[in-house]
Amino acid sequence: MSFLQNSLPYILAGISVGGQYALIAIGYTMVYGILRLINFAHGDVFMAAGMFMVFLSASLPLGAAVPLVLVLTVLLGFMIERVAYKPLRSAPRMSVMISAIGVSYLLQNCALYFTGGLAKVYPQLPWLSDTVTIFGAVTKRVTLITPILTLILVIGLSLFIKYTKVGMAMRAVSKDFETARLMGIKVNSVISSTFIIGSLLAAVGSLLYFTNYASVTPTSGGMPGLKCFVAAVFGGIGSIPGAVIGAFIIGICENIIKGLGWTTFSDAFTFALLIVILLVKPTGLFGEKATDKV
Amino acid sequence: MDLRKDKKKDMLCTAVALAAMFIVLLVMELTMKSTSILFTVMKKGVIYALVAVSMNLLNGFTGLFSLGQAGFMLIGAYTYSILSMPVSVKMGESVYKYYDCAIGIELGIFPSLILAGVIAAVFAALIGLPVLRLKSDYLAIATLGFAEILRALFQWDAMGPVTNGANVLRQYKDLTKVKIPFTNIQFPPTLFCFLVSGICIAIIVLLINSSYGRAFKAIRDDEIAAEAMGINLFKHKEMSFVISSFFAGISGAMLAMFQYTVQAAQFKTAMTYEILLIVVIGGIGSVTGSCIASFLFIACNEWWLRFLDESSNNILGLNILRSGFRKVVFSIIIMIIVLFFSKGIMGDREFSWARIRAFFARFKKKAAASEGGEPNV
Repeated sequence: MSFLQNSLPYILAGISVGGQYALIAIGYTMVYGILRLINFAHGDVFMAAGMFMVFLSASLPLGAAVPLVLVLTVLLGFMIERVAYKPLRSAPRMSVMISAIGVSYLLQNCALYFTGGLAKVYPQLPWLSDTVTIFGAVTKRVTLITPILTLILVIGLSLFIKYTKVGMAMRAVSKDFETARLMGIKVNSVISSTFIIGSLLAAVGSLLYFTNYASVTPTSGGMPGLKCFVAAVFGGIGSIPGAVIGAFIIGICENIIKGLGWTTFSDAFTFALLIVILLVKPTGLFGEKATDKV
Repeated sequence: MDLRKDKKKDMLCTAVALAAMFIVLLVMELTMKSTSILFTVMKKGVIYALVAVSMNLLNGFTGLFSLGQAGFMLIGAYTYSILSMPVSVKMGESVYKYYDCAIGIELGIFPSLILAGVIAAVFAALIGLPVLRLKSDYLAIATLGFAEILRALFQWDAMGPVTNGANVLRQYKDLTKVKIPFTNIQFPPTLFCFLVSGICIAIIVLLINSSYGRAFKAIRDDEIAAEAMGINLFKHKEMSFVISSFFAGISGAMLAMFQYTVQAAQFKTAMTYEILLIVVIGGIGSVTGSCIASFLFIACNEWWLRFLDESSNNILGLNILRSGFRKVVFSIIIMIIVLFFSKGIMGDREFSWARIRAFFARFKKKAAASEGGEPNV
């Protein structure tokens, strides 16, 4: 029982962080599935959502601020795609990736400018920030809500992709970009909707994540972003359930490592996992095997 | 015959230009105040030029999209500062406050510099074994991951007796401690940076122009075709990776010399991104482009755009200019370059005298034509 009491907080935190990572990882995996692009800016979109919340909640009531944050983040994701990735559609993959790195640099520097480099305190969300006690472990309510909310969103997204016309178009584009275009699918609007969904989920993820961590800095998107990409690779890039499972595994392992007192290595572990996965099973847990044609 | 003559002439021109550059540098260092921002920019610029060229060797010439440069610079910087730190400092309390230093040797500046490169290369060889089997973006993210792991490793408590944990290393032999051999006169620091970087970049250029360099380019253009032509893919990729890391290590060591202090926290992913952006601005696959771009990048970042940060420069009562605005403007410029001038300054061409002569010839012709004077020769 004492073991449970000692390790439960870490496992709970792990599940909660895993859920938040899952919401971000979906954005990576969907974009990669369609554009074959590591969207390095996605982690910074997540950070920007946190910043929007900080600035909006200072002047607006929370009931108005939260929807506005979601809308602004979606708009940001949409704009990034239109401005920075769309003009490079026929360019080599490396230039698109460099453009993504450039956007990430720009977002971080903008955040640095608007905050003056100080860590901003994230507003307390009523009810979500309340502390609760389960099995003797004290935690915030958001820890319990996150996995549930994540599962609901993921199931909703899966249904969306399976049964709606846009979802079908997304699957088609990720299967074969050129053929999908020949079949009359408006590839650009499909890509835009991918970015919209990804940014929306990242915004929700940021609401949950920063409620737990309480402060936002311009660089706080970088590490979670990379980890979520690792989660997406781990689960098999392009696969949504894979990304979710990968994110939960990474979140839980990371917190267990922290619990063991190896905090320095909690980030390094993620990358070690990535390298092992890439070497042993490059397609990830649920990835489809791709064949290279000569 | 004529071609060879031209080539000889070009080489002579290059040699004269380089010699002139070094002489101008020497004169400047002897006459101007050493605290001038110009020297800071030039020193940092030339250090970044070296690491940018080393990254270009990988990304531009071998086609390996690696993002591990900051990790290798970190190894170089730490190796240099630990090895060159005087033993008395190591045993004292001023640097290794919480640990007992385990390294009891002290080396001179040149052995430390070379060892910094060698150790970075050894790490690269080990990392390269698994990682170089991956392709394009997977390779990028795996090398990025290794750089992060290295950073964690250097900050680890158990490594404390060697790396001083997450604490700062200082009081090693920095740029002011470089002496002219056999005398006790201080070597002009900017000149020293230019010399070391210049030699390293020259070696890289020689490598690129050798048969190995041609093999690298073949791999970049088409791996399968290269393999069919009998190029051992793995061997050449590993070689390029190791050599690139060697020079990244040396440049890290020089950065340590330039900065007077080293801390692992500095060598983040953002640093690799900056170097990558330099390579892109200069043109992927152009050594001279990387050099020019790194000076421009550092000068903009540290000097020319400084006025944007000062709120006293605001006009019309707008409060736009304040700390950090420089970086915003700067990153917008970078985005414009990435989006609209994706070839960068030089594209994949090199600086050449022939092109400059052609440019002037055209210019002259135009001038003559506009004067309505003599007909074209």
